[in-house]
Amino acid sequence: MSANGSHNLAIHARGLAKRFGDLRAVDGIDLDVPRGMIYAILGPNGAGKTTLMRMLATLAHPDAGTASVMGHDLASQPQRVRGEIAMTGQFASLDEDLTGRENLVMLARLWGFRGRGARERADHLLAAFELTDAAVKQVKDYSGGMRRRLDIAASLIVTPGVLFLDEPTTGLDPVARKSVWRMIRALAGSGVTVLLTTQYLDEADQLAARIAVIDHGRKIAEGTSRELKAATGSGFLHVALVDPTRLEEAATLLESKLGAAVQRSAEGATLAVIARTTRDANLALAALLDAGIELADFSMGSPSLDEVFFSLTGKGQA
Amino acid sequence: MTDFHQAARPPAPSKLSNALVFGWRAVLKFKHVPEQLFDLVMTPIMFTLLFTFVFGGALAGSPGEYLQYFVPGILVQTVMFNAVYSGMGLSTDLGKGLFDRFRSLPIWSLSPFAGLMVGDVLRHVIAGGIILTIGLLLGFRPAAGILGVLGSFALLIMVGFGMGWIFIVLGLLIRTPMTVMTIGFSALFPLVFASNIMVNPETMPGWLRAFVEVNPVSLTTTAMRGLMSGGVTAGELGRALIAPVALTLVLAPVTLRLYRRQ
Repeated sequence: MSANGSHNLAIHARGLAKRFGDLRAVDGIDLDVPRGMIYAILGPNGAGKTTLMRMLATLAHPDAGTASVMGHDLASQPQRVRGEIAMTGQFASLDEDLTGRENLVMLARLWGFRGRGARERADHLLAAFELTDAAVKQVKDYSGGMRRRLDIAASLIVTPGVLFLDEPTTGLDPVARKSVWRMIRALAGSGVTVLLTTQYLDEADQLAARIAVIDHGRKIAEGTSRELKAATGSGFLHVALVDPTRLEEAATLLESKLGAAVQRSAEGATLAVIARTTRDANLALAALLDAGIELADFSMGSPSLDEVFFSLTGKGQA
Repeated sequence: MTDFHQAARPPAPSKLSNALVFGWRAVLKFKHVPEQLFDLVMTPIMFTLLFTFVFGGALAGSPGEYLQYFVPGILVQTVMFNAVYSGMGLSTDLGKGLFDRFRSLPIWSLSPFAGLMVGDVLRHVIAGGIILTIGLLLGFRPAAGILGVLGSFALLIMVGFGMGWIFIVLGLLIRTPMTVMTIGFSALFPLVFASNIMVNPETMPGWLRAFVEVNPVSLTTTAMRGLMSGGVTAGELGRALIAPVALTLVLAPVTLRLYRRQ
């Protein structure tokens, strides 16, 4: 990335690290997020996603590394950074006792809107997020989806340069989830850079132009959804054996037919392996039948998050 | 979803403006959660009625005489226990991530605490007013009149302000509101009972009396009685203010450190 290029980045981080006691929560992460992009940080629970986001949102001090957000240095100009960002945490960052409207008026006043200006700003956002009918209800009576919408509206009092969304759809039903996705796309469409964390591969796939996969505080892969899938293999063949004692035999056979490492499940007699085409998968299944290995079940599908990690890191096999 | 852009970014607000917004939030809490006042005044009302009518005669000759002794003290006790609720509120806010939003805003970092203090003062004045009214109805007569009452409430607010820091620090350290309450009440009960709020310490054993005489709760209660009866001395007022001033000087910087550390 040229010096000129890094100037156009919404987020530019080098070697960010944070430890809690002996745990290296974030262990040296570089991140370049261009302006106006939806960028996803994908990883399992405890991978360090939230800690990384909290550091970028000035809520936690990095132990090492540097970062700038919208051109402002995180360490030396945190107040400038705060003027450019908005953060929606995993747990609704709202006052449950107040009404939706009062929450927004409060935040509008904190941003410097006065009197009528604050009320107009609140009403405008309530309308934009289809919450006008619930404006005078206390937030504790909101549904999960309404709460999320208000939470995101609360982050847009002043249109931020970067919006941080920590697991924006965790705990939502499918309808509410789709509606939050629509909002995130609309935001990015209007020029807001969105950095979101998720544990769902399909969420990252649906929304993000670029994805960073992190695990144990390290970035283990980065790229577009297509690039990551190419690295992982888009198709995964899953087979379950009737006779678990023939697991090793089956694994060796699949490995030789498909030319890829086979993952063994921890619990039972199931195996998973990349199959580049359905033809390859069929040939592999035929080979198992020829060898007299009976299958209880088989399926062809997208890789799970575990399988992505396995493919990206080459580890995970006991 | 329609357009969500703001027309123009407003100019940055002042620290005072930030603090006032959090004060407004505290007032809204009274509107939406009026039952918090019930929690605050029920115990002191019960104490007033029970001590006056059950023990009053035995302790001071008659319930009426005891009321004169007891009302300034129960006001102090009310304020002490009120402070616990402030810590519980903070602990609840922190647990829900609300403060994360506040901390990611470009605002004066101490302004949320200014709001908590506004809420505290309101609670002290409202709860104190209710208890005093009940005292007056039962026959309590402050000899120093309205000025004495105003002076005693000013002292109550200062004592409450000092106490508030203890529970703000606890609220920042402890993420479960119930634990804040348990710790608060466990610490406050001995302090309140081993004081001169309910009884004259003359009949207590020497070692306990030594403690009661230096207990800040006793020092405050003595000054409250002086203010309401009109015989307060500068020394009594000074001793009553030692604890709140010391608590503020020590715990305000601790609060800021804890808040920024997170």
